Formats: sequence, C-alpha cells, structure tokens
Amino acid sequence: MSLLSVDDLVVEHRSPGRPAVRAVAGASLTVSAGEVVGLVGESGCGKSTLARAVCGLNPVTAGSITFDGQPVTPLGLRRRRLTGIQMVFQDPYASLNPRRLVGDQVADGLRTARDTVTSPADLLERVGLPREFAGRHPHEFSGGQRQRIAIARALAARPRLLIGDEPISALDASAQSQVARLMRDLAVDAGAGLLFISHDLSVVRLIADRIAVMYLGRIVEVGDTAEVWADPRHPYTKALLRAIPKPDGMGVLPAELPGDVPDPVNPPQGCRFHPRCPHVMDVCRGKEPDFGPVACWLHEPR
Amino acid sequence: MTRDPLARRGLLRRLPEAWRQPLAVVGAVLAVAWIVVALAAPVLAPHDPLAQDLPRLAAPGPGHWFGTDQLGRDILSRVLHGARVSIPLTLLLVTLSVLIGGLLGACAGYFGRWVDETIMRVADLVFAFPTVILAMVVAAALGASLGNAVLAVLVVAWPAYARVTRGLVLGIREREFVLSGRLLGFSVWRSLRVDVLPNVTGPVLVLATLDIGTALLLLSGLSFLGLGAKPPSPEWGAMVASGVEVFDSWWVATFPGLAILTVVLAFNFLGDTLRDALDPRTARAIKERAL
Repeated sequence: MSLLSVDDLVVEHRSPGRPAVRAVAGASLTVSAGEVVGLVGESGCGKSTLARAVCGLNPVTAGSITFDGQPVTPLGLRRRRLTGIQMVFQDPYASLNPRRLVGDQVADGLRTARDTVTSPADLLERVGLPREFAGRHPHEFSGGQRQRIAIARALAARPRLLIGDEPISALDASAQSQVARLMRDLAVDAGAGLLFISHDLSVVRLIADRIAVMYLGRIVEVGDTAEVWADPRHPYTKALLRAIPKPDGMGVLPAELPGDVPDPVNPPQGCRFHPRCPHVMDVCRGKEPDFGPVACWLHEPR
Repeated sequence: MTRDPLARRGLLRRLPEAWRQPLAVVGAVLAVAWIVVALAAPVLAPHDPLAQDLPRLAAPGPGHWFGTDQLGRDILSRVLHGARVSIPLTLLLVTLSVLIGGLLGACAGYFGRWVDETIMRVADLVFAFPTVILAMVVAAALGASLGNAVLAVLVVAWPAYARVTRGLVLGIREREFVLSGRLLGFSVWRSLRVDVLPNVTGPVLVLATLDIGTALLLLSGLSFLGLGAKPPSPEWGAMVASGVEVFDSWWVATFPGLAILTVVLAFNFLGDTLRDALDPRTARAIKERAL
C-alpha cells in the first residue's frame, strides 16, 4: 500500500466577492515509502496547492488525502501530532526564523522526533554544512545554504514523507541540482517518500523515480521517469519536454508552447488542454478524459 | 556568545548615521538628563519640595532660581521632584500598554476569526472616542488619583499597539518558518512565542518610544484637569494648573510646563531616531538630506 495516496483531490481558493478558484480539480497521486515522485507543471497549475493540501495547510474541498492509512487533517489551532509529513518550502529566505540560531531551529526537528542522541551539528554535517554553523543566524547564509538548513530541520523530525515545494527554484543554477540530489539521497536513505515539486523537468529527471505531470489542476500523465522522458505520450508532456533548452551550441531557442495556462476560475470545456493542443479532436472539446495514466483521448485505455 | 547578533549588528551599523542628526543628540542628552534628575532629585533639589517656608510668589532669583509658588514652596525643587512622579509612571504606563495591546493584537492577528473580531471591535470602540475625553471620563469615573489616571490612559492607549501588532502578525503568520514550526508540532502558543513575537518587537518598540511623549502629555493633562495627582504632590500637570490661578506670577506655571515640553520633545526625538535607524528607507532619506 502506498504511503501517501491522494484521491480525486479538489482544492478551491475562496475569497469573498469572487468566484472560487479551483486550483486542484480532481487530482490523484500516490507516493510509496522510499520512492521519489517528481510533480511538474507550469506556474499556476496547482502543484503548490496540492503540496500544501497534503501537509494540511490548505483545506480540502473534495476528495481525500490518506497518509499511512490515516486521513490528513487540516492544520488548525491544535498541536499537530501528524509529524510524519514535513515540507521544504520554495523561499529559503522565509523558511528560517531570522531571530533564532540555526542550531536551535534544527533542534526543534529533533525534539519532534524525540531524538536525544543526534545533535543539530550532526544534521548540518549530513546536509553538507560545517558543524559550527549551528551557532550562527540565518542571515549569514546564502539561499542554497539556507535551503540545506531547512532540509536538515525537516529531516531531523524523521519524516516518512518529505515534500519539496519547488525547493530549488529560488536557488542559483549551480546549487539547484546539488540541493535536489541531496534531498533525494537523504530521503531515500531514511526510507522516506519524497514528493518533489518543480517546474524544471531536467532536474526532476535526475532525481525522480516517477514523474507526474500536472496541468490546470489535474494530473495529465504519470509514469516512470525513464519512460516519460523517452516516450512522452500526453501532448502537454511532449510540449514541456520540447521546451527544455539544449546546450548544443546551436543557439536555438526551445520550441514554444503556444498560449498560456487558462484561468482556473473557468477552465475550458472538455479536455483542459484542448485549446493549446496540436492534436485536438472533436471528442476533446466535449468530454474531459478522466482516466490515467495518460489523461488524453489519444491514449484512452481499452 | 552574543544573544542576538542580528539586531545588534543592525543597530551598530545603522545607529551612528541616525545619531549624527542634531535632533537625535538633543533628544538623547535631554532624556538622559531627565532620567538623572529623576534618580537624583533629593540630592539636586535645594529645598524640600513640600516645605512652605519661603516667601510666597517670589520671582526667580538667587536662592530660588525658578521662584516660589503661592504657598511659599521652591518651584525648582518641585520641578526636579516632579520628574520622580511623572517619568516612572509614564514609563510604566507605556510598558503596560505595549504588553496588553501587543498581546491582544498578536492574539487577534494570529487566531483570527471571533478572537480577532472581538478584540479589534473593542479597540475600534476606544478609537471612536476622542482620546482626552475618554481618558477624562474613565479617570472621573474611577475617582481622582494618580493611579487611576494611569489606568485611564492605559484604557485609551492599548488599542494603538493592538492594531499595529495585529497588522505585523498578520504579515508574518503565513511565513514559511512559522508554518514549518507548526508542521514540526509546535503548539500555537509556542509558535507565537518563538516564531511570531520576536519578529514583530522592533516596530512596536519604536512606536512605544514615540508614544512616551504622548502618554506623559495625557497623564499630566489629567492632573492639570484635577483628575490625577492630588496636592501637595509635585506633579507637573497639577503645578501648571495651580500656576493658572496666579497668572501674573508667570514662573509658577512656566517652569513645570517647560519640564513637560522638554521630556516630551526628548522622547519624540529619540523615537524618531530609533525609527530612522531601524527603517532603512527613511535612513537613506536622511543620508541624502545630509549630503
């Protein structure tokens, strides 16, 4: 059985006087222990909302999130007992309390796991930082170093599922793949699952066992990384892969994906991707493909 | 090990610039001088502030530099002793306002919903009245005494802190490090204490420094109106009030009035300096003006 299973999840953002925005519109996903799942998609497709909902940071409108056989409850005013899910956020500059020592913040994670043996310095060492950094404040560090500290704090709590919500997109190109690999290695070593969210397919390919492609609130394709990379089947996945720049010295800009992500307030009828799809058929305009692993009428399972 | 190198570094780096402004120097010198006076008044004062053994309504001159009042008391000694009444009470008052207003505002911002509604509507209620009038009503209802005057000013002063703290907490409670703490199993109280409050104290303290002057004015205003200190206490507001009765002897009201003026100015200058030092945007503006 999977460690995390998200079934037909719907998350709406409501604000007074405006129609509800369906950020996640019926997405299903599973993560097993020791497995790395990469969730990719353009900005605004609902990746982060999905991740936040899994942590209980966004209320769920419909569908279910099950972690280890238990439903995930929204984070309210009560103390959270469910500490098996930890998250590494996108902005490394907002992830650490500027007024507290780095070591104290990592120690919070150790206290969560009731770990009295490990010291914060040990964890800093595991994420590739010098032990003496424990006695410093966050403002002394670069974005990449801060993200490593945030990873150390999350890992200190011995999570069984680690979620990275675009943890590398605010980092220097040189730090991106290092931090991504670090997250993968540490999560897999600990036997935890990792849900890694990114819009950078080339980094996700390096670390993920499986890739899930999200478009406008739905997962449109799921598959083993190698298969999706070698043989993408959904037209949107194909377009995403074509949009990766190639350092071949030719100076050719990647193929562009025409149009923008539609407004999730009022998504297109039928298949959500049909207005931008090069292979659009009649059935696409009328009926939404609600099957997997490839939600496209060209790949309807028989 | 330093407790908080972040704050100390910021202050050490920025304060010198802001402190080079003449108003900052004036404020600092005045404030320090008044605090010294408040501590050392019994040594500094030439006479007993309550003894009525000098000629009545004598003009300022040798022996009694600020003159004497209608009961033959030395005004200089009374003004110096007045610092022992007004300054500690004002500081206590502002501290209590920050604590009460800050905590209520933080709860309102952090918990939201009905907690927020309740606290902020009460604050709005207080804001809806003119400050001085409301303080007068409260002081009058409680009975004239210095303690009740402090209580009255407290009632009108806390909502300002509640509002500012609430706004700051609203901006910080969704920050990732606060959420991370909650995901690690922090209780809401630990989250407030460890992650939220330490990150909002700076601006609130600047507001408090700026507010010391206002609080002193309000407190001596109540005494001036007969709702605070009772005679023969050498409270500045009450002294100005008694000077009004003998308008021809200008010194009776003028010197305690000047005392109020200088303390209020001193703390306003200090507050401005602190704000400039902690807010890089205004600090830059000062630099440009100075060039």
